Amino acid sequence: MQKNENKNMFKASWTYDKAPESTDHVQIKKEYELYINGKFTKPVKGKYFDTINPSTNKKIASVAEATSEDVDIAVKAARKAFKGWSSLSGKERGKYIFRIARLIQERAREFAVIESLDGGKPIKESRDIDIPLAANHFFYYAGWADKLEYAFPNRKPEPLGVVGQIIPWNFPLLMAAWKLAPALATGNTVVLKPAETTPLTALKLAEIIHDSGIPKGVVNIITGAGETGASIVNHPDVDKIAFTGSTGVGKYISNAVAGTNKSVTLELGGKGANIIFEDAAIDQAVEGIVNAIFYNQGHVCCAGSRLFIQESVADVVIQKLKDRMETLIVGDPLDKNTDVGAINSKKQLQIIENYIKIGINEGGDIYQSSCNLPKSGNWCAPTLFLNVSQSHKIVQEEIFGPVLAVQTFRTISEVIEKANNTPYGLSAGVWTNNGAKIFHLTERLEAGVIWANTFNKFDAASPFGGYKESGYGREGGMQGLNPYVKFD
Amino acid sequence: MSRLDINKTYKLYIGGKFPRTESGRYYAVNNSKGNLIANMCLASRKDFRNAVVVARKAQPAWAGMTALNKGQVLYRIAEMLEGRKEQFIAELIAQGSSTKAAQEEVNSSIDRLVYYAGWSDKYLQFFSTVNPVSSSHFNFSKLEPVGVVSIIAPENNSLLGLVSMIAPAIVGGNTVIVLASESKPLTAISLAEVLNSSDVPGGVVNILTGNKDELYSHMASHMDVNSIIYFGNNADYIKSISEFASNNIKRTVFYKNDDLSNDFYESPYAIEKTQELKTTWHPTDI
Repeated sequence: MQKNENKNMFKASWTYDKAPESTDHVQIKKEYELYINGKFTKPVKGKYFDTINPSTNKKIASVAEATSEDVDIAVKAARKAFKGWSSLSGKERGKYIFRIARLIQERAREFAVIESLDGGKPIKESRDIDIPLAANHFFYYAGWADKLEYAFPNRKPEPLGVVGQIIPWNFPLLMAAWKLAPALATGNTVVLKPAETTPLTALKLAEIIHDSGIPKGVVNIITGAGETGASIVNHPDVDKIAFTGSTGVGKYISNAVAGTNKSVTLELGGKGANIIFEDAAIDQAVEGIVNAIFYNQGHVCCAGSRLFIQESVADVVIQKLKDRMETLIVGDPLDKNTDVGAINSKKQLQIIENYIKIGINEGGDIYQSSCNLPKSGNWCAPTLFLNVSQSHKIVQEEIFGPVLAVQTFRTISEVIEKANNTPYGLSAGVWTNNGAKIFHLTERLEAGVIWANTFNKFDAASPFGGYKESGYGREGGMQGLNPYVKFD
Repeated sequence: MSRLDINKTYKLYIGGKFPRTESGRYYAVNNSKGNLIANMCLASRKDFRNAVVVARKAQPAWAGMTALNKGQVLYRIAEMLEGRKEQFIAELIAQGSSTKAAQEEVNSSIDRLVYYAGWSDKYLQFFSTVNPVSSSHFNFSKLEPVGVVSIIAPENNSLLGLVSMIAPAIVGGNTVIVLASESKPLTAISLAEVLNSSDVPGGVVNILTGNKDELYSHMASHMDVNSIIYFGNNADYIKSISEFASNNIKRTVFYKNDDLSNDFYESPYAIEKTQELKTTWHPTDI
């Protein structure tokens, strides 16, 4: 491992006191059932699984495992509810969705704490980003429900029917909001499955949906792992599958629904290029690099996991980046000072550690911040690799962890070619103070979201989704309505 | 005085050139009386792959042309087609159309080209948005071409169908490889001659004639193709195309409604089918 000579300069002689967010006001039941047809119901086969706190590896609660029988009951409930819900006026539909937005805002702190407990992300992220954005998403789409004809001039949008939605563990509540809000606004009914490692906030959202008084069966939330998801994908009476997750599973889904009448939207993996030019505001760019790859422990499909630095400033950027990495606080997700929380699961930690091994074996120079990692739980120090090239596995494959692959470049055309040389196309970042250069790049980078002089920003009004093998369909904004409507 | 006609040799259209199929194979197209009209090239997988290479190469420059310019190129196609109406009517009749239907089809095809020529510098305005985000950023979304598109053209309406598939794709900056109607391929190659004299850069539209059963899987599975359009109702094709397409998350477009007078086929929504949406963020605080 490389030594960082300056590291002590940035280590303050004082340390931060603990500043944990209180868990007193949080209500977590010992056991969670499936939310089907407006009721929490026991799974047919009576099986439960544990959801684990990844920062301690201790059990938080038991959660019902939905089998194909439960999926069938949920789909039937959604089908039964569809007629009433889709024929309700847009105004009334919108009002239910507004209510959900408000109820989330009212219980925001409780949700933030549970999100960090169950998923391992720093409380400052769940509190300031995940939960407010989830509420905003419902607020945004609530307003569309009675204005749909303005989104599709000269056409008559109709809902698709019963929508199966399968979401990932990296932004559990936010992804539920991204999926549910536009589906409901357009008049569809839903069977939603959160990821098996992070089911709690979706189940808490079921409580809110229940409290909103939305007609029973319109939203069904069922828990389980891959098999449950496959049952949703393969259920004959589901009209649409919306999936966020790995490209591998996305390919499975698109293959599985081939020849059926199901429509599909996929938000899949990424290997985002983050490009730093010599005329960038370097200190801001370094903050951007940190945010791009260490935000949410790097469990971000649009993470800037490939860094490209223009050769003339590579030394200074890398030094500043290492210094900045030293100041990152890694640890208790519930501590308000924490910058990098726990890796979401043991399994994911193994995947990340394996990639780090591969990176070393393939000859990359590793640098890790010298933070003290907690003894129990799943942790990975912020990591970067120098001296890697396009052919390295850690440059090509999505790691989904706090691991950055650093390369340098000389010319614009060189960096465009390198940045686009990937099957993925979800995000990219450009850092320069030259306006023309920004647009020259943003026009040519093959990615659905481009952040110029910023990174990892999200908004309900902003469409999100990928090019190429990062999937198809958009979530957010007016264009986020498209995946949930059909026309004559 | 009787005079012996000069028959045209129909070839493929790849990269702005008219090569024979590399395979050397052909298939005969007969008229309703069973007499030979033409020996068409029976394009091979290799011809398709060659066409993908030139389509990929041509795509950035075509997409980079100004919208106004692309519109004028499409309009130029219409002008060229107008001047060669009689030839196309004759070909359609030879392929089995009535005179009236052939005339209507040629007229509709020309008008449809003009229609899409006009969208060239407008559809972006129609589909793009400035998004009012809750942070101090300027945020906008605009369409971009998906890239290289495989098209399996309608079996009937061999001219209007072809134009209805090609025009919205290329006006949006894509390049295409089209498999023409198998039973009525003459007009496709004649359209290639029109394209070739209409300022359409070589490689933007590539047209193959051949056997659907043989070629469709390659058109769906090629890893450097971004999207595939299939016009037709063959359920086996649709299933199989979807399965092949999943290997690189290719965008699939299935047109099952074979009524080309349907509003959709003359609408900006047909352009949108082969577009991606890109969202860009930039800070506004200094």
